[in-house]
Amino acid sequence: MYENTSAVLEAVRLKCVRGERLIFENVGFQLCSGEVLQIDGPNGSGKTSLLRILCGLAVAEEGEVNWKGRSINDDLAEYVREVNYIGHNNGIKSELTPLENLVVARSLMSSNREFSLMEALAQMNLSDIADIPVRKLSSGQCRRVALSRLLISQARLWILDEPFTTLDDNGRHLVQDLIATHARKGGNAVIVTHESLNLPEVILNKLTL
Amino acid sequence: MLRHINQFASPKNFYALSCKLVHYFGGACLLLFVAGVFGGLLFSPPDYQQGESVRIIYVHVPSAWMSLFVYIVMAGAGTIGLIWRIKIMDVIARSSAPLGASFTFLALATGSLWGKPMWGAWWVWDARLTSELILLFLYLGYIALQSAIEDPRMAARAGAILALIGIINIPIIHFSVEWWSTLHQGPTVSKLDAPSIHIDMLIPLLLMALAYMCYFISAVLMRARCDLLALERNSAWVGELIGERSR
Amino acid sequence: MKSNLLDVFMTILKRDLSLGLSRSSEIANPLIFFFIVVMIFPFALGPESNLLQRIMPGVIWIAVLLSATLSLDMMFRSDFEDGSLELMLLSRYPMTLLIMAKITAHWLLTGAPLILASIFLGVLLNLPVESLLYLFITMMLGTPVLSMVGSAVMALTVGLRGGGVLLALLILPLYIPVLIFSIAAIDNAILGLPITGEIYILGALLVLAITLAPFATSTSLRIRFG
Repeated sequence: MYENTSAVLEAVRLKCVRGERLIFENVGFQLCSGEVLQIDGPNGSGKTSLLRILCGLAVAEEGEVNWKGRSINDDLAEYVREVNYIGHNNGIKSELTPLENLVVARSLMSSNREFSLMEALAQMNLSDIADIPVRKLSSGQCRRVALSRLLISQARLWILDEPFTTLDDNGRHLVQDLIATHARKGGNAVIVTHESLNLPEVILNKLTL
Repeated sequence: MLRHINQFASPKNFYALSCKLVHYFGGACLLLFVAGVFGGLLFSPPDYQQGESVRIIYVHVPSAWMSLFVYIVMAGAGTIGLIWRIKIMDVIARSSAPLGASFTFLALATGSLWGKPMWGAWWVWDARLTSELILLFLYLGYIALQSAIEDPRMAARAGAILALIGIINIPIIHFSVEWWSTLHQGPTVSKLDAPSIHIDMLIPLLLMALAYMCYFISAVLMRARCDLLALERNSAWVGELIGERSR
Repeated sequence: MKSNLLDVFMTILKRDLSLGLSRSSEIANPLIFFFIVVMIFPFALGPESNLLQRIMPGVIWIAVLLSATLSLDMMFRSDFEDGSLELMLLSRYPMTLLIMAKITAHWLLTGAPLILASIFLGVLLNLPVESLLYLFITMMLGTPVLSMVGSAVMALTVGLRGGGVLLALLILPLYIPVLIFSIAAIDNAILGLPITGEIYILGALLVLAITLAPFATSTSLRIRFG
């Protein structure tokens, strides 16, 4: 029991049921500081469900998720401050501009002071379109707006659901660099993707559902 | 502690225990019902004003009581299921709803039947009848919400919240309807008010109320058992059960 | 921390207000619906002005209830569909605070215009001054209750197929007390009877709704995501 205390994020025998259908059971893993977990599996294998359990949005039928040795349900409010979840939906409003979207996002999350919002957008190559309503942008640009939340948050655990969909090659590299930098600073990431990740100097764990 | 409760309330143990309880309460219901019907129809005196038609209270009053009681059970079981994630409580809450709606409907139907000789109309906007009607809509809303959500667990939890909202609102609705009915000088003879009910009427009334209660318990357990089997049809204990039966 | 809470409240409030204003049809449609409902009553009851004047406060209130029910849809649906609600549930602030901001924005966008529209109609239809005054007061107290209770039930039905009719079915019985006490207050005021009782009760309902609705809404939303 005690030899696992170095694990930051730990999932123990998770079981997920939708309706009367068993999605998965006995799923477990451990992540130490600075490690990245890649989750892969066929469609309908419960990848998104697993992510939602990991970030505390959904509750597993059985099993637990531990953060720094404590169950996340002990203090969910404290745990979600450490989590940055970018789900399948971008969570941005199409009527607002990328900048306005980031203003709202920053006020909701624990933000770092490393980047100003414009710098974050510039980093994602979005500075030219920072003032255009999101509904006029392409889906890849929307994804970039959502992912620019990674830059302004100080969350330690990134939970990303298919971050690379609709991104071009440049965007993929950008995001992989972001993840690698985050991990080298001791952060963690759980990523659902089919693509092979290229993260130099980072321990990459894989889990197939 | 929680594990202990969970163990006790495990679907398998519940299924075994409820089988016995259904029989006990079903038997008790039958005895009480026969006693109550005979007491109410044969031995109790007719009312000096309403004559024989007063005998409908032996059906009407207990169903009105039960309509409220079942809602409380539904909200209570749902809340316990919501907080402690006890599956059986979810199932009991869900199974209670159609029974509660039926009791409410029975109370409304008998009230309306009683209204005809008393007021000369099937329906009058009497405060209690109106509250009962709103209660029926609350039940129907709960049932509609249940059927709109596919995932049974989410349906049960959403239903628990709805029932809680309802339980906070029921006293307010009741109070407001009373207020409304006195404001508009509606029928002041409230027919359910029986402050000095005669003992010969009280005993059959209470017998009937107990019969209804036993009926509810056994019926809700029967429904819950079916529901539970369907929910848990992939689990080991249901497999064992089917194995035993087919052997 | 305290100023932070206020900041985030204001951010969400501004966000929802600007979103609402940019989708002006979602605000206009319930209002148009309100006028149509009120307009339909004379067709059913005849244009006799004595009768209409007597029942008009009730008619206006019923139209407000129906229109408020229709407008609830805009409170959560788009945030549910595009993932913004997940962001809020995972934010570092209590969900109840964010929900309070959303309800306030929703009331400013839909409840407040309905009050103005009711007074406008009341003046147009030549209602006595007491009716107008108490129509205004009861609506100031009552329409926020509608938004609060509505948010809790809306959260349960958001994203469900056929959610619109279901919502109306669930919510209208819960709106009855507000309707009863508001109409009682207006009727009493016209007759010159005391109305403090009704006004106090409406105030109490408002306080109760403010206390409980954000919790109920945030729990419901969590369930709908769970």
